[in-house]
Amino acid sequence: MRRGEFITAGILAVLSIYMMWKSTELDVGYISGEGPGGGAWPFWLSAIMLVCTGLIAYNAVRRTSPPSQSTEPVLDAEGRKTLIQVFGGIFAFVALVGIISMYGAMMVFLFYYLWFLGRHSLKLSAAIALITPVVFFFFFEALMRVTMPKGMGFTEPLFNWLNTIIY
Amino acid sequence: MDILALLSGGLLEALQPINLLLIILGVTLGLFIGMMPGLGSVNGVAILLPITFLVPPASAIIFLAAIYYGAMYGGAISSITLGIPGASTAVATTFDGRPLAMKGKASLALVTAAVASFVGGTVSIVLFTAFAPLLASVALSFGSPEIFALMLLAFATFVGLGGDDIPKTILSICLGLVFAAVGFDEISGAPRLVFLDISGFLHGINFLVLAIGVYGIGEMLWTLDTTRGKITSTEAKMSLKGIVADTKQSLVEGWRGMTIGSFLGFFVGILPAAGATPGSLMSYGVAKLMSKKPESYGQGNPDGVAAPEAANNSASTGSMLPMLTLGIPGSPTTAILLGGMVIWGLTPGPRLFAEQPEFVWGLIGSFYVSNFFALVVNLSFIPLFIWMLRMPFTILAPMIFVLSIVGGYAATKDMHDVWLMLGFGLSAFFLRKFDYPLAPAVLAIVLGPIAEPTLRQSLLLSSGDPMIFLNRPIAGPITVIAIILILLPLLKVIKNKMSSSGMKNA
Repeated sequence: MRRGEFITAGILAVLSIYMMWKSTELDVGYISGEGPGGGAWPFWLSAIMLVCTGLIAYNAVRRTSPPSQSTEPVLDAEGRKTLIQVFGGIFAFVALVGIISMYGAMMVFLFYYLWFLGRHSLKLSAAIALITPVVFFFFFEALMRVTMPKGMGFTEPLFNWLNTIIY
Repeated sequence: MDILALLSGGLLEALQPINLLLIILGVTLGLFIGMMPGLGSVNGVAILLPITFLVPPASAIIFLAAIYYGAMYGGAISSITLGIPGASTAVATTFDGRPLAMKGKASLALVTAAVASFVGGTVSIVLFTAFAPLLASVALSFGSPEIFALMLLAFATFVGLGGDDIPKTILSICLGLVFAAVGFDEISGAPRLVFLDISGFLHGINFLVLAIGVYGIGEMLWTLDTTRGKITSTEAKMSLKGIVADTKQSLVEGWRGMTIGSFLGFFVGILPAAGATPGSLMSYGVAKLMSKKPESYGQGNPDGVAAPEAANNSASTGSMLPMLTLGIPGSPTTAILLGGMVIWGLTPGPRLFAEQPEFVWGLIGSFYVSNFFALVVNLSFIPLFIWMLRMPFTILAPMIFVLSIVGGYAATKDMHDVWLMLGFGLSAFFLRKFDYPLAPAVLAIVLGPIAEPTLRQSLLLSSGDPMIFLNRPIAGPITVIAIILILLPLLKVIKNKMSSSGMKNA
């Protein structure tokens, strides 16, 4: 954990410096008659962030923060496996939205999670994976008039048919 | 007396069968719209505005007010049961509502939210009735320095009373504020902080993208990691007897938060361009500031649910004040209501109270009736929300992930933001592992768009002199309290060092 504390502080320090640098694309000082420049607010906030990362690292050196006192790993083997399986599933869900639509991707993700990770029965997993996107479709598209991504062209006939029910 | 007669006339108007039906329909719809992450009262009111042209203006405004109130209640439900704020107004409710639910006290959290909302709504109606013209003039005396001082106070409460690592808290606040600055500089119109020149950053970072990333994805990953997926959700139970007992407990344990939220929320709601979101966040901060046990906030303190919930309902009524008296909407929802009023041939402004008193007090009366029915509808749906919580975690978790993705997309209609949300979720998971408090970042991204312009306008007004925040009669005391709160942790360290060196010498 202690090494992780240093690495996290380091990443945040780099982010702070990057944001300070990006802020300088606009004026970071006081412009007479106009007030503080457009970059001043994010520049000085990022500078405060940078100072904070230094203090966090200093506390880790002195071992005063709880993570710097811990000898446990950030993620053990099981934690890594859970993270990869769950976050990987969410990542694939979002990646599939552009291909098989938000509703299609939702169906695949729910089935994967319920059946493969949740170890629920095939019948229950399939039922929830099918019903949820249909409910979401009618709630968002029909009731709230919020259009979700429909994926690639091959999904068009299905959505055209569903739209005939709505309109 | 005239006002009371008009108000009771408004209440009677709202109790007409057709209007009563519209109220029940409106609060139920609002409840479910508010529950859905990414959708809030503004969506409900905007989408259903055209429907109201089918009924008389008085019934129309009653219907919209019912949706508005229903959504205010609904936002809290997803904050408590799922840990994802349903709307920006319910962000602060997540801080203590979710821990309460995780402790198996979801029913207490939900009942506290409902009761506090009702109390906030009731107090605000009384304040509105008694002090509307006076408060409108006080609110107008709040300039940029005063509003920035209030924002500073909200951040200071997190630093001074957070109980978390101070550099990490300050870093979290600054990160949220910088993220709020992404997009365009409002004054010069120039693009700002467009990271890696990705065009998706041009429209800024919506607060929901960060909030859902942190609470929906990061929090769930953290729960799965720490429990190894072996939890069966919470052990929340529900019965009629339980609701009565919880109502009593919510009043006993949450009265302080309800009082603070009702009054402060109303006042912040009045301030032009403020509204229910800063009202609820500030009320949470002040309730914590005035509590004898500030460290219990964030761990599942009913007061932490009561304060923001009373405040967001109270602020909803408060935000009607500048809309009706000055024609300035205090929130996006009131902006749409304003549009509706113009379409119905009503002109908001100082003359509205004189020329259309029946409409104004009818509206306020309908708010009160809606508030009452929102409480009844909400309490009757609590068993359903509890049932949701008792679902096996392996069903609830993927549902939360799906709601997060769909809600993140619905908020901005841009897949860039969904990817960004995933990034925030993963980062939040690791940052939480290293004890970085993330609630201050969410608070900051919500308040950032108010804090920055008011700071810049103030400094422009004073030609760059920061003393403007100290030498004005209202801003001065608020700034001093904020500075003391920021310095409080440092003073504690000095005090501890002095007492330990004193012991050594002895």
